[in-house]
Amino acid sequence: MDVTITFAGFFSQVLVGLSRAMILFIVSSGLSFILGVLRVPNVAHGSLYMIGAFTAHGIAVLLGEGMVGFLAAMIVAPLVVALISLIAERALFSHLYEREHLMLLLFTFSLALILGDLTKMTWGADYRSLVAPPVLQGSVSIFDTAVPRYNLFLLVVGPLVAVALYLFSSKTKIGKIARAAAVDREMVGAIGINVSWVFAFAFVLGCFLAGLGGALVAPTVSITLGMDHTVIIEAFLIVIIGGLGNIWGAMVGSLIFGVSQSLGVLLWPQFAIVFPYLAVVVILTLKPTGLLKSVW
Amino acid sequence: MEKKLNFARSGFLWSAMLFLVLLLVPFFAARFYVYILGLIFARALLAMSLNLLVGHGGIYQFHHAVFYGVGAYTAGLILAKTPLPAGMALLAGPLMAAVAGLIIGLFCVRLNKLYFGMLQISLGSLVWIIALRWYSLTAGDDGIHGIPVPDVISGATPTYYFLLFVAAACLVVMYLILKSPFGVTLRAIRDNPQRCEAVGINVRRHQLLAIVIASFFAGVAGVLYVVLEGSIFPDMLFWVLSLEIFIMCLLGGWFTFFGPVVGAAIMVFLQTFVGSYTEYWTFVLGIVLILLIFFLPEGIMGINFREWARIRSRRASAQAAD
Repeated sequence: MDVTITFAGFFSQVLVGLSRAMILFIVSSGLSFILGVLRVPNVAHGSLYMIGAFTAHGIAVLLGEGMVGFLAAMIVAPLVVALISLIAERALFSHLYEREHLMLLLFTFSLALILGDLTKMTWGADYRSLVAPPVLQGSVSIFDTAVPRYNLFLLVVGPLVAVALYLFSSKTKIGKIARAAAVDREMVGAIGINVSWVFAFAFVLGCFLAGLGGALVAPTVSITLGMDHTVIIEAFLIVIIGGLGNIWGAMVGSLIFGVSQSLGVLLWPQFAIVFPYLAVVVILTLKPTGLLKSVW
Repeated sequence: MEKKLNFARSGFLWSAMLFLVLLLVPFFAARFYVYILGLIFARALLAMSLNLLVGHGGIYQFHHAVFYGVGAYTAGLILAKTPLPAGMALLAGPLMAAVAGLIIGLFCVRLNKLYFGMLQISLGSLVWIIALRWYSLTAGDDGIHGIPVPDVISGATPTYYFLLFVAAACLVVMYLILKSPFGVTLRAIRDNPQRCEAVGINVRRHQLLAIVIASFFAGVAGVLYVVLEGSIFPDMLFWVLSLEIFIMCLLGGWFTFFGPVVGAAIMVFLQTFVGSYTEYWTFVLGIVLILLIFFLPEGIMGINFREWARIRSRRASAQAAD
C-alpha cells in the first residue's frame, strides 16, 4: 500500500466529506429530534429519506429541470414526506406511545417495510438521477482544486438548517414545549398542554428533515431502492456518538462520519467505508454516552 | 406445584409427538415442503438464540445476524476454499461465532440498553463490511454459491434429518440452560439488575456468557443454512436480517420457550407463499406486524397461554365452588 497524498487531493476529499456530512447532518438531526422528544428510534427515517429523493426527482422532472423545478422539488418533497409521516403518526403511532421501546422500534420497522414496498410500487426498481439546475452545475476552482458548485451549496444549506433548528428548539415556544416534553411528559401534560400533539409535531418535523435530506442528496447520487438501508444505520450511529437528542451532537457526529470516510478513501479505498464505523467504536468505547450532552 | 409439573410433562409429550411427526415428514411430503421445513429449523434456531438474550436476558442484542453470518461464512469458506475435513468446518462455524460474540460482547456489555444495541450495530457493521468488501476471500456482493456439502448430509432427505437432529439437540440444550441456575439468574438480571448486583451476582459476566452462548447457537443456525442452501452472501450479516429475527420473536411471543419457533415458521411461510404471489411480501409483513403490535403484543404463543390459563383457573374455581 503506497499512498501518496497531495494537498489538492486531501483538500478536495475534505470538501467531499464535509458536503456528505451536511446531508448526514440534516437526516440525523431529524432522527435525533425524534429520539430526544419521543424517545423512539425511528427506523422508518431511512425510507422517508428515500421517498424524499424519489419525490424530488418526480417534481423536478415534472416542472422541467431548471431552477424553478429544482427549488419546487426541494420545498415540496420534504412537505410530502412530512404529510406521510403526519398520517402515519395520527393514524397509528400516536396510539402506541405507552408501549415498550422495543415495540415502538418494531413498529417503526414495520412502517419502514411498508413504505419501502410502496416506494417500489410507485417508482419501480430503476435507477434515476436528478440533474441540478445550471447555476449549481460545474465546479469552481479553490486552491487549484475543482470543487463542485453543488457541494458548496450543501455547505451553505447544512449550517443554515442547523442554526434554524437550534433557534427553533431554544427560542420558540413550541420548541421549548417539545424539549420540556422530552424531559417530563407528565408534567407538561399536567400544566394543560396537549402532549400528543407536541409529539406529533416533533415526529413530523423530524421526518420533514429526513425528506429534506433525501431531496438535497438527490442530485449527487443515483436514486434507487435500498438507499434507505445504509443511511439509517449511519444516522443512528451519528446520533449515538453525538449524544441523543443534541442537535450540535448530530453536527459533530456527521462531520466525524463524513470526513473520516472521505479521508479513508485516500488511505485505503477498498475499505474506506470502515473508517467511520471504527471511529464510532473508538468513541463509544471511550465515551459511551456520546460526545456531547444527551437530553435523556 | 403439582400443576406446573403436569404442564411440563404435557409440554414434553407434545414436543416428543411433534418430533416424531417431523421424523416421518420426508416419507410423505413433497421435496419442496421438506426443504421449507429445513429452512424453518435453521431460522427457528436463530430466533430461539435471540430470544435467549432478549426475552430471557433483557439484553438489547440489535445485531444478532452478525453471529449467524460469521458461523455461516466460517463454515462455508472452509468447505469451499480449504481441503480441511468437513466436520471441522461444521464445528468451526459455531466456535467462530462464539468467539465473535465474546469479542463484540466484551465491548458492548459495559453499556446499557439502547447504547448497547447501537455499539453492537456499529461493530457488527464492521464485520458486514469485511464480508462485503474483501472480494478475494468472500467474493463480496455475489457471495459464494454451490458450496460442497459432505455426501453424508447432502441430498434432500439426509439434509433434512441433519437439520432436524441438530436443531432439536440445540433446543434441548437451550431448554436445559434456561432451566439451570444460570438461566434463572439471567431472568433475575433482566427483571432487576441493580438488585442482582447488590446480592453479589456479577451482572456483566453473566450477560457476556449469555451473549457467547447465544452467538454459538446463532452460528449453528448459520451452519445449518449453509448445509441447506450451499451458499453464503453478505445480506446474512446485514442489520435488516437482525430486525427480521426480532420480528420472528415478536410474532411468536417473547417470554415463551417455543414462541420464536412459531414465529420463524410464520415468517418463512409468509416469505415463501406470499412471496410467490406478489413481489411485495414485505408490505404484507409490515401490515401483519402492525396488526400484531396493536392487537397481539405478546405474540401468538403468548395469547394462547394466557387464554388457556384463564380457562384453567375458571375451571379450577368452578371445581372449588362445587
